[in-house]
Amino acid sequence: MKKTGAQILCESLLQEGVEVVFGILGGAVLPIYDTLPQYPQLRHILVRHEQGAAHAADGYARVTHKAGVCMATSGPGATNLVTGIANAYMDSVPLVAITGQVARAFIGKDAFQEVDITGITLPIITHNYLVTSVGDLARTIKEAFHIAQTGRPGPVLIDIPKDVQQEETEFVYPDKVDLPGYKVVSRGHTAQVRKAARLINESERPVVIAGRGVIISEAYEDLRELAEKAQMPVASTLLGISSFPCDHVLYLGMLGMHGTPRANMAVQGADLILAVGMRFDDRATANTDGFAPNARIVHIDIDPAEIGKNVPADVPVVGDILSVLRAINKELEVKDRLAWLSQLDQWGYEHPALRVPDGDGLLPQYVIRQICEATAGDAVVVTGVGQNQMWAAHYYTYSKPNSFVSAGGLGPMGFELPGAMGAKVGAPGETVWCVAGDGGFQMTIQELATLTQERIAVKIAILNNGYLGMVRQWQELFYERRYVHTGLWNPDFVKIAEGYDIPAVRVRRREEVAPAIREAMAYDGPFLLDFMVEPEENVYPIVPPGESLGRFLESPAPAAVQRWA
Amino acid sequence: MLEDKVSGTKHTIVALVENRPGVLNRVASLFRRRGFNIDSLAVGGSEQLGFSRMTIVVRGSSARVEQVRKQLDKLINIVKVSDITEEDVVTRELALIKVKASSSTRGEIMQIVDIFRANIIDVATGSVTVEVSGDEDKVNSLLDLLRGFGIKEVSRTGRIALTRGSIS
Repeated sequence: MKKTGAQILCESLLQEGVEVVFGILGGAVLPIYDTLPQYPQLRHILVRHEQGAAHAADGYARVTHKAGVCMATSGPGATNLVTGIANAYMDSVPLVAITGQVARAFIGKDAFQEVDITGITLPIITHNYLVTSVGDLARTIKEAFHIAQTGRPGPVLIDIPKDVQQEETEFVYPDKVDLPGYKVVSRGHTAQVRKAARLINESERPVVIAGRGVIISEAYEDLRELAEKAQMPVASTLLGISSFPCDHVLYLGMLGMHGTPRANMAVQGADLILAVGMRFDDRATANTDGFAPNARIVHIDIDPAEIGKNVPADVPVVGDILSVLRAINKELEVKDRLAWLSQLDQWGYEHPALRVPDGDGLLPQYVIRQICEATAGDAVVVTGVGQNQMWAAHYYTYSKPNSFVSAGGLGPMGFELPGAMGAKVGAPGETVWCVAGDGGFQMTIQELATLTQERIAVKIAILNNGYLGMVRQWQELFYERRYVHTGLWNPDFVKIAEGYDIPAVRVRRREEVAPAIREAMAYDGPFLLDFMVEPEENVYPIVPPGESLGRFLESPAPAAVQRWA
Repeated sequence: MLEDKVSGTKHTIVALVENRPGVLNRVASLFRRRGFNIDSLAVGGSEQLGFSRMTIVVRGSSARVEQVRKQLDKLINIVKVSDITEEDVVTRELALIKVKASSSTRGEIMQIVDIFRANIIDVATGSVTVEVSGDEDKVNSLLDLLRGFGIKEVSRTGRIALTRGSIS
């Protein structure tokens, strides 16, 4: 029996195990939406802006390890997805974006709502397709999911002209893909694995830097086995947080521009860096010229292009993290490394970090700690970008694997709300907290309507300081406190939430924090807490731009600030 | 980064690509995004139906060119990509050169063309058009010699290359 392109799309999505699609309709996807009711197994979540669809699909993908699917119409619908696609590309998130396109006869004619979305997304996407015949559709979808979900994951876009959606053909879903130019290395080269293990065995001051690759390949246990067997301390990148238990004795915390002193000093003092599924982002390495000056570097990544891109590797191992770590673990000697570990303890003692200062003021760090306590470190925390993100990274003790969800590489403010929405849909059994800044929250605030319409029980904590906080912090530290356009007039978020039929509480004092969090968690549905935090609280430590990892500022000491200004 | 573009050595990259719409765009976009100037790019059919071979000449340090090669290899439509700069290769370029020619200079031009084993493929009242193929040095030398007569137009294909001997 013949099926339309729209039916073939829905059937193919079901074949790929898709359960949820985040999207908004428009003219060029009307045939698809008209077909959706025939497939009640496909849940469609109607967002309020396409950026929300892409971020929600991203959040969904991060917690489920399956491709998230978002859908938009042609033209502005498609361009609104762009930020979300770029974000998924930077953070290696499997995403399949489906866009409607004007009918084939109109392509290239500047038709109403026509945009060349395959051209626009070219540099920010793993692959994309413009489907020019319904006969290609099933194969294209099969390929798209394969490319998005295997190897180094990433976004794939399928642009489907409206008349292709209406065209009919026999539906046959291919059982395999034929992609001569697509190869995935899964197992590491044996000789490289041996070399890596030998370097670890011979090293005296090794450090693991765990990145998102550990989470993508779900190699938590293997990383832990490696760390414990070799007594190697573990630092994580921002996106590597929750790849290793935060309360583990070998955990050093996050490294980088806002890294903990212990993590940064460990990296700078190490004689061996084992970089696992991380890409030496500049926020993680600070100035690469001064990065880990005494260390040899073993770099494990599934993407050969990451090897030597930012920092040269002494021993590259290309392969899937899980299989490479397993292979290395077999070759490892049991060590105690007492001298190195006690050196790290000493540094930790000399540079205490991440304490919540005493006092009456409502500090954002305190809020995060309280959320952590109320959830016993077990929640999924989805952050925005900026100060709120760094506080959520540092002050929540993530005990569950893959429970920290954050947009790292691109850094798109506004990820938090739709990202949390997608995470909650993907992991309905988990408590999902959205940690937002007051600035970023207003960039995707419209998704509150989606929470209400779809009854998605995200708990929202706005760390409201009335500023674009991280930028203000830079103005304070590096631009002599010239706060140019970082102060925000904000709406009354409690009233806004009420307008969206979401209960909300404003919190001004420390003693109100815990009860408010309890109230939010007890409520069966989305809930918003507006924390009026200290306006000029800063994120510390901070490595000033251009400096190497070891040169961090630990506190707002004016003299130190002067030195860097 | 800038010095690399100016002073880096020339690399010849050869890629076997799927012959699909947009592939050239993907390749060009990647070079632009990674900050590389393409010296020349030639693309045409290969020995396999449905696949084309691209020859790209680019300047840069070996490390940076290797990075671009690996990024190119990630493009789904690129089947195989190699930097053959250090290998034993044959390279050719084709150029068409329209030179000013009068009855008094035509003979001299024809002599030069003969020496270079080039061909005159069109003769008009005020000009001749020369076809030459060879490596870039040869094409450049011929151009230098013809410049004295006055060059009206030049069209060059850019380098195409294959490794010598058995299949690459």
